[in-house]
Amino acid sequence: MNRILKYVFLDIFQNKIVILYTLILALFAWSTLSLEDNNSKGLLTLLNIILLAVPLVSILFSTIYVYNSNEFIELLVSHPLKRSKIWISLFLGLSLSLIFAFVIGAGIPILLFSEWDKAYMMILVGMFITVIFVAIAFLSTIITRDKAKGIGISILLWLYFSLLFDGLVLFLLFQFADYPIEKYMVVLTSLNPIDLSRVLILLELDVSAMMGYTGAIFKLYFGSNGGLIVSFLLLFSWIALPFGLSLIKFRKKDL
Amino acid sequence: MKYSIGIIFVFFLSHFVFSKTLTVGYGQKIVRIQKGIATCNAGDTLIIKSGVYREGNILVDKPLYILGENYPILDGVFKDEVISVKSAYVTIDGLHIKNSRQKTLDDPAGIKLYESNYVNIINNKFTDNFFAVYLQYSSHCLVKNNTIVAHAIGETSSGNGIHCWYSDSLLIIANTITGHRDGIYLEFVTGSLVWRNISQDNVRYGLHFMFSHSDSYITNVFKNNGAGVAVMFSKNVKMVNNKFEQNWGDASYGLLLKEISDCYLAGNKFFKNTTAVLMDGTNRIEAENNVFQNNGWALRLQSNCTGNVLRYNNFLGNTFDISTSGSLVSNTFDSNYWDKYEGYDLNKDNIGDIPYHPLSMYSIIVQKIPSAMLLFRSFIVSLLDKSEKVMPSLTPDNFVDLNPLMHSLKL
Repeated sequence: MNRILKYVFLDIFQNKIVILYTLILALFAWSTLSLEDNNSKGLLTLLNIILLAVPLVSILFSTIYVYNSNEFIELLVSHPLKRSKIWISLFLGLSLSLIFAFVIGAGIPILLFSEWDKAYMMILVGMFITVIFVAIAFLSTIITRDKAKGIGISILLWLYFSLLFDGLVLFLLFQFADYPIEKYMVVLTSLNPIDLSRVLILLELDVSAMMGYTGAIFKLYFGSNGGLIVSFLLLFSWIALPFGLSLIKFRKKDL
Repeated sequence: MKYSIGIIFVFFLSHFVFSKTLTVGYGQKIVRIQKGIATCNAGDTLIIKSGVYREGNILVDKPLYILGENYPILDGVFKDEVISVKSAYVTIDGLHIKNSRQKTLDDPAGIKLYESNYVNIINNKFTDNFFAVYLQYSSHCLVKNNTIVAHAIGETSSGNGIHCWYSDSLLIIANTITGHRDGIYLEFVTGSLVWRNISQDNVRYGLHFMFSHSDSYITNVFKNNGAGVAVMFSKNVKMVNNKFEQNWGDASYGLLLKEISDCYLAGNKFFKNTTAVLMDGTNRIEAENNVFQNNGWALRLQSNCTGNVLRYNNFLGNTFDISTSGSLVSNTFDSNYWDKYEGYDLNKDNIGDIPYHPLSMYSIIVQKIPSAMLLFRSFIVSLLDKSEKVMPSLTPDNFVDLNPLMHSLKL
């Protein structure tokens, strides 16, 4: 397993796209954080990039990579290896290399330019987002054998999580504006990993606007230690569920 | 020259002839303060030796200079009003007054003035009184350099630090007030100055105006109160060079302006408040050279406000610069610096070439549906905001600064 992991990791890390991704992240991070005179503002700009670009790159790159390594997987399957081991090491290799790229690209400038409590939350959330979207990519590759379809599903899922879902929430908010829906909205938000990450970071950054009644409820749910644990458990389940499903399917799949 | 020397000599003489100094307290001939006051004549000086005095209520009924040596403690043991002043021209200097009676209808205080003009209360310490200093129908008084501390829990179970009622020409200078209901409370007070005070950690307001006209408060610090300052139902109040900091919480404001008119707000700094300024039913307020920094809402301008002018202010790092409750706009924004301004300046005159609309659509949505805060900073919301900026449909398009500055003012 370790050897497969090593191969995958090294293979991806030599990949020019990942190097480019690292460079672009670094460019964005350094420029936004050093150009803005207000540190929080820089972090917020970066937050938007992270919540948009990181999922997109993670999900697309992983999908395409898994499709492209179909032959490699078939080769491995012919060896006396457990199927789950192959799938897990592929997943770990992809996740680790993308996390590595994220930490090198965005993590270092964030650590250098901002306070520790904001920085660690930002980096942690970025890492979670990366792995979550790798896991979702694994699920979409296993659903269909057709490469075009698989990539299509990935893009649609990304669109759904980063755009459509918020639109839907906004629509619901308008429809049920007259009812006390705060608590349900909090639950609804935690069903989207991107929204959950955004709220987690905002609680570190923009406390002022988060105050008020809704803010108080946010703080109650996400801000307390218990809330943080629940939030990170939710994020973790966003990794475990899609990947677990894909693993079950992969074990039984006729390659 | 000869005359003037003569006049000065007569003054000196009169001092020696008419005014005496009496020392009371432990180790003196007279121990009880009340008895000392009875012994004194009007205009005398009464020195109180250090120690703890539990004499119940002390009544000052003649013009005296009462001076404490090393802060003698006058303890009301939560049973009495500590000092009642019922005479003009009294000065109380250097006492430590504590534990007045609490929670009763007649508002007991550490020092209470009953229709007493020209009274000075200076350099005293107050601890755990219901009201610390209470001025009632008392004009031309000075309250200066006092340190006032209490540990109030609720609004109803505590009094104010400095409470002024139906008074005129007061000077409230350089006091430090913590832990009361309102730090300083003025009701029906006119022509007065509140200067260089620090009011923090009070349950309700740092400074509270009710029906108090033609007053000024200058260079005060209001920190971490329920709300920094509330100015209500007043006219001609000048608010200059104050600091409003860290007034956090659900219904918390740096400065709350309600039903006031013709006021002037300049050179103030609002830093890290949930809402820096709330204007509700205000008329003709001029606000200039203020700094709004890192607040949740810099300015909540209800649509019942008219004729207010905001110019040469800095808006920096606020989550929302402006929010409003309706579409009626009869206020003017001119030549402010908005850090969210994205325009350009081709002729380099430091004034942006395109007008700035400070009201974001999202701030309106949040005003209507507070739980929409959940989507704050999400991609779709920024998208909506951007398109609204280009073509205003929900936000009133006359909500505009025609001359936004390109660089922040040095304030």
